[in-house]
Amino acid sequence: MRHVTIQPAWVRITHWINAGAVALMASSGWQIYAASPIFPVIHFAPSMTLGGWLGGALQWHFAVMWILTANFLVYLGLNIATGRLRRKLLPVSMQSLASDVIAALRGRLDHADLSRYNTIQKVAYLIAIMDIALLVLSGLAIWKSVQFPLLRTLMGGYDNARIVHFLAMSLLLVFFVVHVIMVALVPRSLRLMLRGR
Amino acid sequence: MMLHKKIVPISSHTEAIISDARKELGNPTRRLLGKQVLTLGGLSLLSACDLSTDSSINMMLRTMSGFNDKVQALLFNPQQMAPTYPASMITRPFPFNAFYGIDDVPDVDSASYRLQVSGLAKGKRAWTLAELRALPQTSQITRHICIEGWSAIGHWGGVRFADFLRHAGADLTAKYVSLHCVDNYWTSIDMPTALHAQTLLTLSYDGQVLPPQYGFPLKLRIPTKLGYKNPKHIVAISVTNDYPGGYWENQGYNWFGGS
Repeated sequence: MRHVTIQPAWVRITHWINAGAVALMASSGWQIYAASPIFPVIHFAPSMTLGGWLGGALQWHFAVMWILTANFLVYLGLNIATGRLRRKLLPVSMQSLASDVIAALRGRLDHADLSRYNTIQKVAYLIAIMDIALLVLSGLAIWKSVQFPLLRTLMGGYDNARIVHFLAMSLLLVFFVVHVIMVALVPRSLRLMLRGR
Repeated sequence: MMLHKKIVPISSHTEAIISDARKELGNPTRRLLGKQVLTLGGLSLLSACDLSTDSSINMMLRTMSGFNDKVQALLFNPQQMAPTYPASMITRPFPFNAFYGIDDVPDVDSASYRLQVSGLAKGKRAWTLAELRALPQTSQITRHICIEGWSAIGHWGGVRFADFLRHAGADLTAKYVSLHCVDNYWTSIDMPTALHAQTLLTLSYDGQVLPPQYGFPLKLRIPTKLGYKNPKHIVAISVTNDYPGGYWENQGYNWFGGS
């Protein structure tokens, strides 16, 4: 009997590279944030940060950003080229989202068929994709606010780009927490992302 | 001879290991698993030890920082101006920032002050404040962006650095301009940025003689670069083709530091 591969190798590889890159970007980003917190009540424990000091954290952040961005472009490009985006993540209708949310709240949203995403999953993954794109663009606006005036204006100016970057990071963090909880509830999905089936 | 005899079995054993590994790597699922294990291993390392203490990783990070210098030099557009702001948007008070406290701001005597020019320059080597003030003056209201993340809008006046370099007979094809300060701070910039229209040899702040906390008597204001590339209390300028580094840059800050 032949097994059907649900997650092709390129999905699994880009997924794990992304997971590693996001972990490095977030932990170095928190160290950078500590140098001048946007929201003084929010700070990150030094044990969660990477780089040791501002200069070290910036070195990490500006090295790993290339890995994150290149991997993201490969992921997005292959999703579009292979039709996976259209096939697995679209379409998303408000009706199916509403019925899936109601089913989830009743505890009746089942995960028997891992080859198909329910609408909540589709929305969550699409949000994660768009959020990473926003993280890259707001980061670029902070790094090169003079060289990219249109991007700077779209982000609402230099200072606001930092807030956008921080909020986009926070959203990705929320996604990560929910994502890991769901994996814990449906452990087969972790094997799927490792072995492809 | 003894040595040779010992090496032979070890190297053949090594070859066997490599050929086994090759076979394993030929299997796509094994190869994938290997990659995933590497990724997971890399992640688990993070919590196990402080990666920044590892010298090979430090070397890699420094190499990437050098790569980013090149990328920034390519992204730098000499025609692209930093945004300017109305006087109503000036940050008041403009923050003081240095690698020491405000009580340690150097006290420079204006009468005996001389700006020394050295390196690849054929013109005047020592400039008094009166001579610098006699050059054509301009002013700008621009945003100072600190590497820490905060920013503040200030109003600086002085001589276009490109004009000064021409007056000083500097070789404008040289790679670097280094700037040395009375408080032993130093930094260096690329020639295209030195010649940018908004790079300003600053003598005044908001219409007043540059106050000590903002760099009396002379500061280099570069709105296309981060704050640590905007040195204060400058006493010497050198035009050179040899990479000069800088106070913070030598500790790990990115050298180009462009915005």
